[in-house]
Amino acid sequence: MAALINVPAKARRGDIIEIRTLTSHIMETGFRHTADGKLVPRDIITSFTCRYNGTEIFRADLFPAIAANLYLSFFTVAKESGKFEFEWIGDNGYSSTASASIIVE
Amino acid sequence: MISWRAIAAVALFAAAVPTLLAGEIPPDARRSGYSFMGPDTRAMQDDDTTNPGMLFVLDGEALWAKKTGSTNKACADCHGDARSSMKGVAARYPAFDKALGRPVTLDQRINLCRADHQQATPLPYEGRDLLALSAFIAHQSRGTAITAGDDPKLKPFIAQGRALFMQREGQLNLACTNCHDDNFDKRLAGAPITQAQPTGYPLYRLEWQTLGSLERRLRSCMTGVRAQAYDYGSPELVALQLYLMSRARGLPMETPAVRP
Repeated sequence: MAALINVPAKARRGDIIEIRTLTSHIMETGFRHTADGKLVPRDIITSFTCRYNGTEIFRADLFPAIAANLYLSFFTVAKESGKFEFEWIGDNGYSSTASASIIVE
Repeated sequence: MISWRAIAAVALFAAAVPTLLAGEIPPDARRSGYSFMGPDTRAMQDDDTTNPGMLFVLDGEALWAKKTGSTNKACADCHGDARSSMKGVAARYPAFDKALGRPVTLDQRINLCRADHQQATPLPYEGRDLLALSAFIAHQSRGTAITAGDDPKLKPFIAQGRALFMQREGQLNLACTNCHDDNFDKRLAGAPITQAQPTGYPLYRLEWQTLGSLERRLRSCMTGVRAQAYDYGSPELVALQLYLMSRARGLPMETPAVRP
């Protein structure tokens, strides 16, 4: 699915940087019913992980009643040039990945 | 007591008449719905990495280049790079179609193109693909001033749209103009009443949790006044959209906008 990632392209060593991620997902809570009374099955992202050059730096477990098109923002310290890898895992075998690179001077 | 009531009724009537005749918003007082929003929602729209509408624009960009239909053609095969070929196009829609002899919306134009040139099935209204394509196309006009309705052939259709805008309807017996010309800047159940300037469609409504078209917005308003909403693509809805776009003449396009 489409994802929008905002990681600064360049940073100085030791800088605190903000990472913002936005991804397409309906985040159906599993609490809603259709007009004819049938339960709409739950379909949400259950886990988000961010790895910085292979090391996990941020993880979130997610639960029902979170807005559609998940937006997460968090901070980390720029240590070395390399790659951020993002992974979203959800119901019905949902899995999506994205990555962004950074140059640390 | 009865005479007091009669006087009160007359006074109320007298007060109501001038507002009914207040009419249209002068061009220099026209404001996008953006100016009615809080700082958080504005910030969400302003940053392309927090604006969820941009996810649909990304999907639309992929669809633009995807071959489809029995002619196996992509939009890009005829129109090339959308960044130049589609710039300013959405600001002119709904536009007059010569073959049909009536105005068509951008959504209808996409489906006409699919039928005539790609020989593909039409995309359903409010489906993800149609919203994504129209968001991608309209996004190329971001910042362009709206010029829809300038074509003289559209005159009778704008007049029809204006008549619908001014016409009271539904169990609440309200016309569009009663809120959006006469009472903007006031509040309805805590939410600001805007001028109904359709500058950012298709737009991401937080209430919908998805992107939606101007037709969906119009239909919600009609349901709100307890009227029977017109069908998607009906001539009445197209005329209303055309009138609204011509009414917003000169305002810059914002697609994809974010609204509460």
